Amino acid sequence: MKILTGNDLKTGDVTWWDGQGWSRHVNDAVDVGAMADEIAAREEAARNVVSAYAIDATTDADGIRPAHIKDRIRALGPTVRPDLTLKPADPEAGNWVI
Amino acid sequence: MYQYDKYDQQMVDTRVEEFRDQTRRRLSGELSEEKFRPLRLMNGLYLQLHAYMLRVAVPYGTLSGAQMKALGDIADKYDRGYGHFTTRQNIQYNWIKLEDAPEILADLAKVEMHAIQTSGNCIRNISSDHFAGAAADEIIDPRPYAELLRQWSSFHPEFSYLPRKFKIAVIASDTDRAAMRLHDIGIQMVRNDAGEIGCAFYVGGGMGRTPMVAPLINAFVPLDELITYSEACLRVYNRHGRRDNKYKARIKILVHEMGKDEYTRQVEEEFTHLKAQGIEPPLAELARIEPYFADPAFKTGIVDEIASDAPDFALWVGRNTVLHKAPGYVSAVISLKPVGGIPGDASADQIRLMGDLATEYSFDECRVMHTQNIVLPHVEKGRLKELYDTLAANGLAAPNLDTIEDIIACPGLDYCSLANARSIPVAQKISERFAGNGKTAALGELKLKISGCINACGHHHAGHIGILGVDKKGVENYQLLLGGSEAQDTSLGKITGPGFDEDGIVDAVEKATDVYLEKREDGERFLDTYRRIGMDPFKEAIYG
Ligand code: HEM
Ligand code: SF4
Repeated sequence: MKILTGNDLKTGDVTWWDGQGWSRHVNDAVDVGAMADEIAAREEAARNVVSAYAIDATTDADGIRPAHIKDRIRALGPTVRPDLTLKPADPEAGNWVI
Repeated sequence: MYQYDKYDQQMVDTRVEEFRDQTRRRLSGELSEEKFRPLRLMNGLYLQLHAYMLRVAVPYGTLSGAQMKALGDIADKYDRGYGHFTTRQNIQYNWIKLEDAPEILADLAKVEMHAIQTSGNCIRNISSDHFAGAAADEIIDPRPYAELLRQWSSFHPEFSYLPRKFKIAVIASDTDRAAMRLHDIGIQMVRNDAGEIGCAFYVGGGMGRTPMVAPLINAFVPLDELITYSEACLRVYNRHGRRDNKYKARIKILVHEMGKDEYTRQVEEEFTHLKAQGIEPPLAELARIEPYFADPAFKTGIVDEIASDAPDFALWVGRNTVLHKAPGYVSAVISLKPVGGIPGDASADQIRLMGDLATEYSFDECRVMHTQNIVLPHVEKGRLKELYDTLAANGLAAPNLDTIEDIIACPGLDYCSLANARSIPVAQKISERFAGNGKTAALGELKLKISGCINACGHHHAGHIGILGVDKKGVENYQLLLGGSEAQDTSLGKITGPGFDEDGIVDAVEKATDVYLEKREDGERFLDTYRRIGMDPFKEAIYG
């Protein structure tokens, strides 16, 4: 599937297009198919997001998995600071990115 | 320390207000990202993996206690309670909100700091010897000259859109602690036979995808021609640098392709022309700057011995303190490399504490080292134990300066959008491995440097052992390099062979160090043994 990601203009937070708006959780992302450019352009113009781009992803038992490690690290947070990731209670969360 | 005059302060304050307005216009939609991006980059604000990242300039790495404390406060107030000290003697914050950025710049301006020219194709922050003004072996304090260059290069209209970024380092001793010959221009302050001070110019060094060691192009430029000569070097580059190809745009490529002799000839020609125009600032300006860097009031007749039998303290003194020019003093290095820690990271509390310690123990001064540690340049030997105890109580007393645990690592794929692989976890595993197997002491001086991509922010080419993260079909992979140095014997490391995964690279490093332990001769460091016996025995041990 193709999913759309970017950063929140004001806060810089990593966000994912969930069909209606932007979520911080990659599992909320929806398949944008061929609509990526159109949504990105519209949302950037509305200042909801900056630097939006589409990526490949798959779904597995854990949910949505971006194809590239870089986007998995974006989805989670820095693996060397588990406390600052989206899963601070799970010290093993970093293994998901590999 | 240099103190802003009213012009410096006005320039910085004006820039803060300008950026406040630009940010407001971006947030209200008057400015598109395309228009805003170059403006935020001019103020050190990048968009990175997880958020905006702000890079703050620390001119020649020198900070007052109050400045250091302000950096700690910013980490608390606007970031997530920490900052990252970099190989360019700067600090970066990883979790900045765009809406806060103007306020941060205003906070910085209150302590005479800014983020100007920390990005873009301009002359970046000038780096220098972190022991400047304290080192026993320097012929003069290099920082007044670095400051003069800072003033000349700040908002220099002709050099705001160079073919590519431009980095200058200034040192004043034969021992190079600033990787001087790996800069676009490296300047060494020297004394000629007549006893006069001048500048030796090395031009065209750099790391990145095409690493080069800068050749000497002029062995003695008189002090009152420093700026004119620098201007000539930049002009020739600005005219002929490869604007057509970003990967060939650094001055190192120009000097290499044109040839050192032809480049030098053109610089000399331009220099003659510029001299006639009288662009050199009067020596009176240097005379105005110099007193700011005058020696602090070192006490005389104080104890010149370090008394303690405590083994932990003795180890730290042996490794982390450095000879000082004044009797009774040392420079003390605060390691930001605790075993298993993140190289160069410090918490807001630690940053503030280091600011306080600078004020209390080191005449209100500290320095950022390019090895991502902090120096208290002037500490009385008699007060070292007391300082050490405070550091130890706050996780800042790792006794590992210049050892294999003192690893330089760039942010890598944990933070950086250009990265191919993570660098920090590799650094953590290596420091844990060697702290665990107890080989650190036996290995002595061993400089290990890791970059997460070919851009080489972690100086991997210049490590005695270097590690480069690459992307192997979407999987992190690490190449091993041996034999680099960024000291006075600058050399570039060579790749050993095929790369490794994360655990594999840690094993490979240990195998390389075992070769050294087995083959070394008296007094040899890892690098010396490598240079004597060559790559083959290492390859055999690693791949054999
Ligand atoms: C926002 C994250 C960063 C980005 C986007 C970035 C980008 C780059 C790029 C593109 C280059 C290669 C330039 C060239 O060869 O023309 C480079 C080189 C370099 N950067 Fe970074 N960098 C980042 C973070 C850092 C950090 C954290 C440090 C210090 C730890 C650093 C220090 C350096 C150094 C020392 C070099 C090599 C020296 C040189 O040839 O210029 N950079 N960087
Ligand atoms: S070397 Fe590469 S990965 Fe590391 S900070 Fe520089 S650009 Fe990022």
